[in-house]
Amino acid sequence: MAVNRDSNGYTFGFAVALVVVVGVLLAGIAMWTKPFQEKNQEVKKKMDILKAILTKDDYSKITRKNAKDEFEKYVNLDDAIVLDMNGALKDTAAFDIDIKKQFRDKKLKEENKDYPMFIATIDGKKAYVIPCVGKGLWGPVWGNICLDEDMRTIKGASFDHKTETPGLGAEIKQDFFIKGWIGETVSDENGDFSKFEVVKDKSGSTKPSKVDGITGGTITSKGVEEMVNRCLLPYIAYFKTLKK
Amino acid sequence: MSEDVKKPSEPLFSKKNKKLVTDPLTDNNPITIQVLGICSALAITVQVEQGVVMSAAVLFVLIFGNVIISLLRNMIPSRIRIIVQLVVVASLVIIVDQLLAAFLPDVSEKLSVFVGLIITNCIIMGRFEAFAMANKPWPSFMDALGNSFGYAWILILVSIIRELFGSGSFYGIPIFGSPLPGEEWGLYTMGYMNNNMMILPPMALIIVGIIIWVQRSRNTALIEEH
Repeated sequence: MAVNRDSNGYTFGFAVALVVVVGVLLAGIAMWTKPFQEKNQEVKKKMDILKAILTKDDYSKITRKNAKDEFEKYVNLDDAIVLDMNGALKDTAAFDIDIKKQFRDKKLKEENKDYPMFIATIDGKKAYVIPCVGKGLWGPVWGNICLDEDMRTIKGASFDHKTETPGLGAEIKQDFFIKGWIGETVSDENGDFSKFEVVKDKSGSTKPSKVDGITGGTITSKGVEEMVNRCLLPYIAYFKTLKK
Repeated sequence: MSEDVKKPSEPLFSKKNKKLVTDPLTDNNPITIQVLGICSALAITVQVEQGVVMSAAVLFVLIFGNVIISLLRNMIPSRIRIIVQLVVVASLVIIVDQLLAAFLPDVSEKLSVFVGLIITNCIIMGRFEAFAMANKPWPSFMDALGNSFGYAWILILVSIIRELFGSGSFYGIPIFGSPLPGEEWGLYTMGYMNNNMMILPPMALIIVGIIIWVQRSRNTALIEEH
């Protein structure tokens, strides 16, 4: 039986069949894998927070398998707090807040956004982990800034991205970039915010509030700069009220 | 499709089939001769690791895509064949991406950036259109194998050169020392500097150009006459 493969009917039929098959297949796979993916994302979130808290050597022992237990060792989620944009406390569960989703949601008003903060205890000292989210060159970038118990010195950080250029912007997740942030202070003695600047002239390691950018990854580096400068504000306001 | 089976089949590794694999490695290389897949070759050859990951991803997608298109070749209406090919690549890539995100999250993180690049890679569409649409599954498989390796070796060669002179390392391992301020070692203490030009995409084009030059001067038959 010969079918005229150039007829309109066959073409339409084939297109419809293709769309149905592919649609069902993709939808089915997405539904089936969703619970697994969500679990992975939760573990990843914990790993990102651990990366900001721990030293490089300690973090190298963290795997997807032990991340949950290690996380609970350092971070008590009952201590975690949520702020609004002015740094006032809010009554919401911190870990379940999806700040990436809130950042994407253009309809969500600034005053309704949540700013979670996790409080960790390492070697008897408190550390404050501030999650942030921003825009890179191609897609979202995000990270965690961990402040020392003085609430102003950066103790550690972790950055990640979705679709930055490999080898260029994607380097924000590497240690050499993160190292530039460690030891910087986010506020002066009075608790007022000091803005960060990502620089190109390699002066970052010597000058305060300046961090070396990535060669060839300027827009992503600048995106991280904007993200940190914007996301830290509510927390700085909160820390200021604590100091009074 | 039953007609295909009844014909006296040629041996699986006949001269013709072997040629399908070896040709794209040299005299019909997808990058240097057909000048396809240049966009991804520019974008991700800053580091060797990225080159290897991208090559593996293209190998996988091209093999499956070529075989699927070849199986469907007698059913696809010619007027919408390009769209059908696109749907096949896109679905394949998304399925793989979803499965990796669920079961191999670490690999998935490495690959996430490449997903878009694989779908738009002209080599894949090029092989579907030029080969799989007109050939049986087995030769299509061999063709996919040859072309992805042809793509891979250029990609990896370019990324070795760019990473070595652009970042002073190979697969992330420092070769020339470290240029980090305050803790320089190796060649950098003597004033050696990384070539920042190497990190920028145009340099990939220049390196590919040099490879093409070397290749054509060794085999003058490849030079087009005008």
